[in-house]
Amino acid sequence: MSDSSNPRPSPPRSSSQREPEARRPWQRLIIAFESPGPRRALQATIVLLLIVMPWISSQYTTVILTNALLYVVLCLGLNIVVGYAGLLDLGYAAFFAVGAYTVGILTQQFGVNFWVAIPFALVAAAIAGIIIGGPTLRLRSDYLAIVTLGFGEIVRFTARNLEITGGASGLSHIPEPSLFGWRIDSAIDFYYVFVVLAILAYVASQRLFDSRLGRAWLYVRHDEDAAEAMGINRVRIKLAAYVIGAIFGAIGGIFFSVNLGAISPESFSFQQSVLILLAVVLGGMGKIPGVILGAFIVVLGPELLREFDTLRLLIFAVLLLAIMLFRPSGIWPEKRA
Amino acid sequence: MTWYDSLLQQLVDGLVLGAFYALVALGYTMVFGVIKLLNFAHGDLYMTGAFAGFGGLSLVSGVLGAGWLGIFVAMLLAMLAVGCLGVVIERVAYHPMLGAPRLSILITALAVSLVLQNAALSLTGGQYTAFRTDLGFGGLNLGNLFLSYNQIVLVATAGVLMIALELFVSRTAYGRAMRAVAIDKEMCRMLGINVSAVIAVTFFIGSGLAAAAGTMAGAYYGSIWYFMGFLIGLKAFTAAVIGGIGSITGAMLGGLILGLLESFGTHIPFIGSEWKDVFTFSILILVLVLKPTGLLGKSEVERM
Repeated sequence: MSDSSNPRPSPPRSSSQREPEARRPWQRLIIAFESPGPRRALQATIVLLLIVMPWISSQYTTVILTNALLYVVLCLGLNIVVGYAGLLDLGYAAFFAVGAYTVGILTQQFGVNFWVAIPFALVAAAIAGIIIGGPTLRLRSDYLAIVTLGFGEIVRFTARNLEITGGASGLSHIPEPSLFGWRIDSAIDFYYVFVVLAILAYVASQRLFDSRLGRAWLYVRHDEDAAEAMGINRVRIKLAAYVIGAIFGAIGGIFFSVNLGAISPESFSFQQSVLILLAVVLGGMGKIPGVILGAFIVVLGPELLREFDTLRLLIFAVLLLAIMLFRPSGIWPEKRA
Repeated sequence: MTWYDSLLQQLVDGLVLGAFYALVALGYTMVFGVIKLLNFAHGDLYMTGAFAGFGGLSLVSGVLGAGWLGIFVAMLLAMLAVGCLGVVIERVAYHPMLGAPRLSILITALAVSLVLQNAALSLTGGQYTAFRTDLGFGGLNLGNLFLSYNQIVLVATAGVLMIALELFVSRTAYGRAMRAVAIDKEMCRMLGINVSAVIAVTFFIGSGLAAAAGTMAGAYYGSIWYFMGFLIGLKAFTAAVIGGIGSITGAMLGGLILGLLESFGTHIPFIGSEWKDVFTFSILILVLVLKPTGLLGKSEVERM
């Protein structure tokens, strides 16, 4: 597997990027981890590390890591839309909100059991995905971007204006779930819930990537007309990406709402969507390990840059711009073409 | 006040709102016309324009005062500054990306928007800045209808700018080149048109118009902040789509229609003002679904 055999259309870049032969040490490291043996070892190490982490670190770190794992789920979901299918979604937080609010309303206002509420939330997200994606996926991708942006705002405004969603202050006292009599309430419990979710999201992403659908996405992303000529229904394929992405977002939202116990419209703002997108682009669109890395950077970065406060977002924005201009495929680019 | 007067008052409010939308929508549509890029940063250029106008006014108000004269000069300064900023943005961020996949360009545009927004956030600390002017509250009383002088000047200025743009595009060599580039860039290059220069001029004008709208909005509403470009950017895009993206007359028409729709829409029973934005975005989605080419746009077979 060589860097030079990358036939993916890439934009013209500065000459320093065009030397495939010279491999830097970190590039060699990445290549090494892409062969099956070391990859298994790396996966096992990470899982082991995730399991022991709460026991060797402070509660503060556990909470931050829980947040990072939530972002892993969200980013892997958005990655399916942006990375696999090549559709720009600027309102991804809307699906996150649909999941969170459906569960929040059902459990808190109607006393529905948490586990019973989950399928409702997933169906709601899928329906939202079909409603918004169905008509717009036929149009140019720019339109999809702006429509998703508008949709994200509609969801947020609706949550703010309705009574059932608790208005601007949102919902609070969302009951904690319990599983076979075990009440999931401490920070560590939720940490492990999110570890499981992140692993599931990882496995699902990988399986989708390798599937027939995954190859269809790749094909459509590269050449829609050729893909269609080969009998791929491009609208249906895109819609599948959109709906699956929506479901990932809803899963994130479902557990986000019970973890915090309170949700408000501002948790699902445009900035939230942008942050998730930033993680995906930063790590490498379409590349699972890259996206996970991006999610961790986006969550842990602000913790490290805490002193800079408002400058923090500016730094992120400049970072995003720099990545697009100098390394558009992200830190850990996807090579399959 | 009878329902008739109320209707007229809504019409006036809608016109003012529509003038802002139209000016911002023009930039969207022009840039889209020449390089087929949805410039996400356009709303933020409007915001930057408001701050530039604010800066300009504090520069000139000592000599010219903070009345309409001072504001006009400040507006021209802001248009110049933001126009140059638009050209720089095109050169630095968009130009290298023109051959890249569409997704990359869109994300780049989004990144530019975030840079502008967050730069303003860092500079102002996220606070509203008061845009102080000496504009009075006087106006004409026509029966029960009240037209403030500010509204009249504002709509007139927007009208003059739009007529100037229309003349520029239809009568000058650059305007002709701009229309040609929108149709076929390659052919223009072969015919010896300096395509880069045309794109730069387009960005300059589009950004300048956004800055004019920003300065006037600052003066009219009296306060500015870093996030003011976000909503209007979205709405101006809606206006551009209603009119038919790529069409200059369409953008003006779309802006007016959207302004009026919003103004009247908030008075339909069950659609209170808190649902105003939901209403607008629903219009956007409906137009895109039912008539994606807008009112005056050409049908487009190309798809990406």
